[in-house]
Amino acid sequence: MIIRDSLILRTTTRFLFPLTLVFSIFLLVRGHNEPGGGFVGGLAAASAFALVLAADGLEKARRVLRVDPLVFVGTGLAVALLSGLPPLLDGGAFLTGHWLDAKIPVIGHLGTPFVFDVGVYLTVLGVAATIVFELAEERP
Amino acid sequence: MLTPVLTLFALAAIAPGLQRVLRERTGTVLAVVPAALFGWFVTGLDDVTRGEAWMQSWTWVDELGIHLAFRLDGLSLLFALLVTGIGALVLVYAGGYFKGDARLPRFYAAILFFMGAMLGLVLADDALSLFVFWELTSVSSYILIGFNHEKEESRASALQALLVTGGGGLALLAGLLLLGQVAGTTQLSALEAQAAAIQSHPLYLPILLLILAGAFTKSAQFPFHFWLPGAMAAPSPVSAYLHSATMVKAGIYLLARLNPALGGTDEWHYIIMVAGTLTIVVGAVLAYGQTDLKRLLAFTTVSGLGTLTLLVGISTELSAQAAMVFLVVHALYKAALFLGIGTLDHEAGTRDLGRLGGIARAMPLTAAAVAVSAISMAGLPPLFGFVAKEFFYEAKHEAPHAGQLVTLLSFVGSAFVAAASGLVGWRAFLGPKRGETPKPPHEGSPALWLGPVLLAGVSLLFSLLPEQLAFSLIQPAATAMHGEHTELVLAPWVGMSPAFVQSLVMLAIGVVLYLLHDRLLQLGTPLRRLAGWGPARAYRLTLDRLVAFAKWQTRLLQGGVLGTYILIVIGTTVLLGGWVLLDRVGWPDPTFDEARAHEVLAAAAMVLGAVLVVRARSILFAVASLGLVGYGLALLFLFFGGPDLALTQLAVETLTVILFVLLLRRLPPLRSRSSPSQRVRAAVVALAGGALMTGIVLATAATYHPAPLREYFARASVPLAHGRNVVNVILVDFRALDTLGEITVLTVAALGVVGLMRLRRDAPEEDLK
Repeated sequence: MIIRDSLILRTTTRFLFPLTLVFSIFLLVRGHNEPGGGFVGGLAAASAFALVLAADGLEKARRVLRVDPLVFVGTGLAVALLSGLPPLLDGGAFLTGHWLDAKIPVIGHLGTPFVFDVGVYLTVLGVAATIVFELAEERP
Repeated sequence: MLTPVLTLFALAAIAPGLQRVLRERTGTVLAVVPAALFGWFVTGLDDVTRGEAWMQSWTWVDELGIHLAFRLDGLSLLFALLVTGIGALVLVYAGGYFKGDARLPRFYAAILFFMGAMLGLVLADDALSLFVFWELTSVSSYILIGFNHEKEESRASALQALLVTGGGGLALLAGLLLLGQVAGTTQLSALEAQAAAIQSHPLYLPILLLILAGAFTKSAQFPFHFWLPGAMAAPSPVSAYLHSATMVKAGIYLLARLNPALGGTDEWHYIIMVAGTLTIVVGAVLAYGQTDLKRLLAFTTVSGLGTLTLLVGISTELSAQAAMVFLVVHALYKAALFLGIGTLDHEAGTRDLGRLGGIARAMPLTAAAVAVSAISMAGLPPLFGFVAKEFFYEAKHEAPHAGQLVTLLSFVGSAFVAAASGLVGWRAFLGPKRGETPKPPHEGSPALWLGPVLLAGVSLLFSLLPEQLAFSLIQPAATAMHGEHTELVLAPWVGMSPAFVQSLVMLAIGVVLYLLHDRLLQLGTPLRRLAGWGPARAYRLTLDRLVAFAKWQTRLLQGGVLGTYILIVIGTTVLLGGWVLLDRVGWPDPTFDEARAHEVLAAAAMVLGAVLVVRARSILFAVASLGLVGYGLALLFLFFGGPDLALTQLAVETLTVILFVLLLRRLPPLRSRSSPSQRVRAAVVALAGGALMTGIVLATAATYHPAPLREYFARASVPLAHGRNVVNVILVDFRALDTLGEITVLTVAALGVVGLMRLRRDAPEEDLK
C-alpha cells in the first residue's frame, strides 16, 4: 500500500532507511551504559520498515525484510530464552548474567544480558513489523 | 499401595491397544489384574485383623502439608476387595455384553480408570489425596454414564450426575480444608485423636454440613437421590459397578471413615438419621412404582444407601457392625441383580415388567442368580440379607433419638423393597408369561452369567458360614469405623425372635404389595404427575436459570463492542482501586510549589491534546491530537530524568500514528456510532479513571520513601552487571525474567493480530457484513 506516491519520500527513504537501521543497532548496543536498549532499538528498526512501507508499498517492505516478520518474533524469543540457559550449567539461577573478561569498545563487557537484549530487539522488531504489515494488507 | 492404583491407571491407558490384539478375550485378560490385586489385598487381612495397618506416604505439596498417603485398615481393605473383586467380574461381563461393539476399547479404558480412582479413594490416608480420587471417580462416572453419547438423554443424565456430585465435591473440599485447619492435620488416621477438639470447635457444624453435602450427593441421599436413577442411562456393567456396588458407596465410606473423629454428636445423629430414613422410604416407594427393572433396581439402591446412611448416623458399636454387614450384603446382591437384569435385557431385548414373565425356563442360570440375590435383597432367611436385617433391627434400637419413628419408617421401606424384590426375582423370571419379548430369550454366553452366578454363590456361601467367612472380613472394617475393637457375634437362633417376627410381618406386607402391584400402579397414575415436582425439577430450574444468567451477563459484559470492554475494565479498576486508595491511604494532599514553567507548559499541551481528541470530528485529527498527548508525556519523562522512557515513548508514539494511519481506511466515521448518552457515560468513566490515576500518583509521591531497592540497583548496576544505564540493566539483567514475560506477551499479541486479520481476509465477503 502506498499512501500517496511521492518522489521526495521515496528518495529520502533510500537514505533514511539504512540510517534508521544503523541507528536502531546503535541504540541496542549502547543501551547498557547510555539511554537506549533492545526495546527502543526494536521499535526504531520497525519504523525503518514502516518508512519503506509508506514510501514504496507493502510488497517492497516485505521484500526488504526478506522473511516473514513472525520469524523475527520467534527467533528473538528463542535468543532471549537461550541467553538464560548458560548459568544453569553451573547451578546458577535461570537468566543470571555471565560476562566475558575482555572489554570491547562501545559495548563494554560482553555478556549474556547483551544477548538477551538482542533477543528483545528482534522480538520487538518482529512484533511491530507484524502488526504494521498485517494492518497494511489490502483486502483481496 | 500406590502401585495397585498406578497399575490400574496404566492398564486403562493400554487397554484400547490390547483390545486390538486380544479382541474377544480382552475382558477376561484384563480381569486378571484386578483379580490379582484382590488376592494381594486378601493377604493383608491377617495384618489388618491384628490391627496393623499398611501405610505408605510421599510428600506431595510440602508447603501446604499435603501428602500422597495411603493406609490399608479394615475399612479400606473391605472396600478394596469390593472394588477389585467386583471389578474383575464386571470386566469379564463387559467382554460378553459389548461383544463386537466398536466402543469397547473406550469402555475398558474408562472403567479401568474409574477402578484406579476408586481404589485410590478408599486407600487414601490424606484428606486431599482422598478428594483428588473422589473427583476422579466423578469424572470417570460422567464418561461412563454418557457412554451412549449419541443419545441426548445419556448426555443430560451424565451432566446431571456430574453437576450434582461435582457440586457436592466442592462443598466436600471446603469441609475437608476446614477440618484440616481445625484438626491441624489432613491425615485421616490422625483425626480420631483430635475428635474432642474438633467436636467442641465452633466450626464443627459448618465442617459437618459441608462434608455431608459431599457424602449425600455422592451416595444419592434424599433430596439429591434423583441423579442415580438418571445414571441408569449407562450400560448395565457400569450401573452394576459404579452405581450400586462401589462409587455410590463412597459417601458412606467417607462418613464411616470420619465417624471416629466427627461422629456421636447430636448434629451427626439428627442430620444423618433424618436423611437416611427419608431416603429409605422415598427410594423404596419409588422403586415399587417402576416398571423398568433397571430403574426399579436403581431406586432400591437409593433405599439401600439410605439404610447405610441411617446406620452410620446411629453411630454405635452395633450400628457400625450392621452397616458393614449390610454393605457387603448389598454390594453382593445388587451387583448380581444389575448384571442379571443386564443379561436379561441383552438376551430378551427388554427389561419392561409389563412384557416379561416366565423367562427362567430360557435363562436358568441367570434366573437362579437373580432369584438368590432377590431373596437376599428382601432380607429373608436363609440368605445373608437376613443376617444383615437382624443386625439392622438390633442397631435401630440403639438409635439415640426417635427410635420408634425410625423403626416404623424403615419397616415400611423394607416392605416395599421386599415387594420390589419379588417383582425382579419372581415375576420376571417365574411369573406367568405376559407378552412377547423383542428377542426370543435364551441364556447368555458364559461371560454374561458367570458374574451374577459367582456373586450369588458368594451370597449363599456367606449365609451358610457367616462367622467363618464373612465376619473375618467385616470385623476389621467395623472396628475401623467404630474406632475401637468390636467383635461380631451372630445372634443365636431363638426361634420367634423379634427380628424374625418382624421379618414375617414385613414379608406378609411385601407379598400383599407384590400381588397388588398392577392395581396400585394404576391407582397411582395420577400421582405420577407429582413426580415432576421433585428435586429433579429444582435441579432443572436451577440449571436453566444459571444458563440464562450466564447468557445475560455475557451479553452485558462481552457484547463484542470494544468501547464496552474498555468501559468495564476502567470502571472496575476505578471502583476497586479507588476503594483501596481511599480505604488505605486516604485522598492525598498535593503541593504544587515545585512546578517549573516548562513542565506546566508540557502538561498544558497534554491537556489541550486530550480535549482536542474528544472534540475531534475526524479520525486523523483525533490521532494527531493524541500524538500531542504522547509527545508531551515524552517531554515530561525527559524533564524528570528518564531519557530511556522518553526515547521509548517517542518511538511508540510514532509507530502508533503509523498504525492509526493504516487503520483509518477500516474505521467507520467518528460520531456515527455513539449516542449522546453513551458519550456521557464514557466521559464519566474516563474522568473517574483519570481522577483515580491522579490520586494514585499523588499518593505515591506523598508517601514516597527512598526504597532500599532503588539504592541497591544504583549501587550494584556497574559492579554486578557492568552497565551504567540502570533502567536497561534492570530490564535485561536484574529483572530479565519479567522482560522475558513481557516479550512473550508481545508475541502473543502479534499472533492475535495475525489471527484476527487473516481470519477477516480469508472470510467470504458476505460474512463480514
